[in-house]
Amino acid sequence: MTTTTNALETFVKKATAVSAKVSEVGSLAEAFAYAVDLCDRKQACQLLVSGCELPLSGQGQALCDEKQTKVIAAPALAKKEFTAFAKLCKDKGFELIDSGMRSRLAGIDIGFTVCDLGIAETGSLVLDSSSEEVRLTTMIAEIHVAVLPKSRLRATSYEAEAEVLERMQGGPNYLAFITGASRTADIERVLALGVHGPLELHILLLEDK
Amino acid sequence: MQQAKTLAEYRSQCRQAMDDEFLRKAMDAFAVAYRTNRANAFADMNERELIAEIADAKDAAVSRLDELFAQFKAKAEQNGVHVHLARTAAEANEIIARIAREGGVKKIVKSKSMTAEETLLNHHLEADGYQVVETDLGEWIIQLRHEGPSHMVMPAIHLSRYQVADLFTDVTGQKQEVDIEKLVKVARRELRTHYATADMGISGANFAVVETGGIGLVTNEGNARLVTTLPRIHVALAGLDKLTPTLHDALRIIKALPRNATGQAITSYVTWITGANECAPGPEGRKEHHIVFLDNGRSALAKDPDFRQVLRCVRCGACANVCPVYRLVGGHKMGHIYIGAIGLLLTYFFHGRDKAKNLVQNCINCGACKQVCAAGIDLPRLIKEVHARIQDEEGHPLPSKLLGTVLANRKLFHTLLRTAKWGQKPIVDGKTGYLRHLPLIFGKDQDFRALPPVAEKPFRDRWEKLRPAVEHPKYRVALFSGCVQDFVYPEQLEAAVKVFAGHGAALEFPMGQSCCGLPVVMMGETGAARDVAAQNVTAIDPGSCDYIVTMCASCASHLKHAYPRILEDDPRMADKARRFADKVMDFSTFARDVLGVDEQDFASVSAHTKTAYHAPCHLCRGLGVTKAPRELLAKAGLDYVVADEEDVCCGFGGTFSMKFPEESKALLDKKLDNVKKTGATQLVTDCPGCVMQLRGGAQRRGDGIVVRHIAEALAERIKPR
Repeated sequence: MTTTTNALETFVKKATAVSAKVSEVGSLAEAFAYAVDLCDRKQACQLLVSGCELPLSGQGQALCDEKQTKVIAAPALAKKEFTAFAKLCKDKGFELIDSGMRSRLAGIDIGFTVCDLGIAETGSLVLDSSSEEVRLTTMIAEIHVAVLPKSRLRATSYEAEAEVLERMQGGPNYLAFITGASRTADIERVLALGVHGPLELHILLLEDK
Repeated sequence: MQQAKTLAEYRSQCRQAMDDEFLRKAMDAFAVAYRTNRANAFADMNERELIAEIADAKDAAVSRLDELFAQFKAKAEQNGVHVHLARTAAEANEIIARIAREGGVKKIVKSKSMTAEETLLNHHLEADGYQVVETDLGEWIIQLRHEGPSHMVMPAIHLSRYQVADLFTDVTGQKQEVDIEKLVKVARRELRTHYATADMGISGANFAVVETGGIGLVTNEGNARLVTTLPRIHVALAGLDKLTPTLHDALRIIKALPRNATGQAITSYVTWITGANECAPGPEGRKEHHIVFLDNGRSALAKDPDFRQVLRCVRCGACANVCPVYRLVGGHKMGHIYIGAIGLLLTYFFHGRDKAKNLVQNCINCGACKQVCAAGIDLPRLIKEVHARIQDEEGHPLPSKLLGTVLANRKLFHTLLRTAKWGQKPIVDGKTGYLRHLPLIFGKDQDFRALPPVAEKPFRDRWEKLRPAVEHPKYRVALFSGCVQDFVYPEQLEAAVKVFAGHGAALEFPMGQSCCGLPVVMMGETGAARDVAAQNVTAIDPGSCDYIVTMCASCASHLKHAYPRILEDDPRMADKARRFADKVMDFSTFARDVLGVDEQDFASVSAHTKTAYHAPCHLCRGLGVTKAPRELLAKAGLDYVVADEEDVCCGFGGTFSMKFPEESKALLDKKLDNVKKTGATQLVTDCPGCVMQLRGGAQRRGDGIVVRHIAEALAERIKPR
């Protein structure tokens, strides 16, 4: 029990240190509510943050004009859960989608995923992204909301190794370790978040025991 | 890239780079920040153990590359991947161009790959008419500027935000503000359109994991995920050295790579791609996935017992991050395509002698890179050995050959030094004691530090009178002077004799000893290095003494670490050289730990002399001695003040300072500026080479600071007996 508590503390500390926002939720329904609330509080066009207000070439500008309403993507949820989530979104006038990310490359507001494992020592999420929709969701979303069931937390990458390996050995697989938001320090070593992927990463620790 | 034909041309390019004020400032800030970030990142880890494990695992993998490649290929093909092997860079480029041609490709997006830089892939593809867009921010910037990377993980570190804003203004046709946050967003939007319209994505690979047949990519920006997801074709280009038997091997490297590269515990993304994954526009909804392995000399290198460890490199760039020369001249001068210490080596093996021959001389041998290397590569030694190899291939330059011949003959060498004493008479300044002007063999560019004359009487001629009589000695000690102390600074040895007195050490000064040989190693004269090593091991019989003590950090480190290796193939000397090396000890450790020199040996009233300390490279890194000298200063009642960057090289580097005087001077100025900031009136160090550099520099600058060997500073404080 102590090890688990320590792993949890370490995870929160390490994830927070790389600018992830970590909260706890009691159920998936709570996680949906969190995502909807977050989406609601976003600027009318959060895409502004990722460059639409800036002077762009014609080609870059064209992408900004494609999107109209706020969009949340949750590509890998069970049908029942998706329906519940969709209802919450509809109440707010948001669109909830689970496919067609390739036609949304301009960006979506929130990508919602449930992670497969967590690695405490680095505050990392392990997300099997073999589904192209999952992969794209976590890249084109401006905010990535990731649920991590506490039972899936491992202390170190070595402790996660066997489970990760199993996924890789079962045929084609695309798997990601995600730690904080997309970042760069390529201009004068100044840290900037959200260069290609999400600008923010929110991790929701789900009590599942 | 290296186009310089001669050393003089290369030197002049380095000089120009040093005049780039932005570069100098950026590099300084980076060097200082990196040190702290790295230390923090490794704070709760056993760094040495991790590095040793990585080295062992890499060595094991490198020893069976052919086998690993065959296994990987079989495994990957089971998952629908096309695996290729390219013998040369040109072959790799042709394979990739053919894949593009057969796939009807027009536009290609790329994520960062040093291997693609190695093969100059973009040039090839662009010449074939493809549009190639780099998507890593730094790579995109340098691509737009038609430049190569200046750092392995931060390719645009040489550019300012102003230059990037101007560049983006050109690219977008709109005026861009000089605001990094905004510039990054502009890149985000501009590049997003390219992913959407590209037919092919090219990535590198940090790992090719044999047990899964998949690759691993370590990135921060996330562009590699888009590059490997959106286009219908994905080609990964990887050096054969990226083959690693297990996922565990890769996870182990990931523990060190980001920490060493940028001080991050892990990068934002680690992406594992195993097999041909789902891809909507691909054939039957699957990605057309190719992995091209590049040999380009790697197989041959793997079979080279002297240099195979070069293939351990994980491309973290740490060797550049800590290199004092990289910090001065930047990556475009400190490398051809690969950069930093490892870059000097890889240039020789991947891009040939012509590109490497000048570069490899621009290593000051301070050992900073070796200390941080994630794979424990003995970089400084290998750089010297590549230099020696190039000289063996191309013929040795006359000065180098001459020095080798002279040093290998002790009597000739010592006669020359004694003759110099007469020759210098007219030019010794009676007031300062330095040479008034430099003899003709020195260029004008050597004048940044005042040089001392050869001593009236070398230490070896003073020894008979000095030798203390010790009754019931506890230790038999052979003193090794090195040439500088024997012939230029004999007073430093006399001071050491005074500090050792009364502790039961019977001192000997074996007359057959000569130069340690490090200067000829620096010049690439392997034969002469072997000859002098054998002479010294013969002159000082390890069976006749308990310790071989030297006041010169460079000599000590060379005697201890290089001799056993230099003489290992000589059946008459090998064993003796090992025993010799075991007995070598530096002055401070010997005084503190063996003799137990302590507070009561020194005058009881504190001196209140504000004393700064310079840690010689070959002492603090070469021998790992850091505490002993600092503690002795405190024990002696000196007021030790800590200067910034105490363990950064003073710029001497023996013959380095003769070849690259501008760099030597810049390092010296930095060092003396840091000392000056402490308000110290005395600067102490434990190496006569450093003393020569620092004292001569302080004299020229008029810093009014006394520079001494630690033995002198301590001897002055010794209580009279």
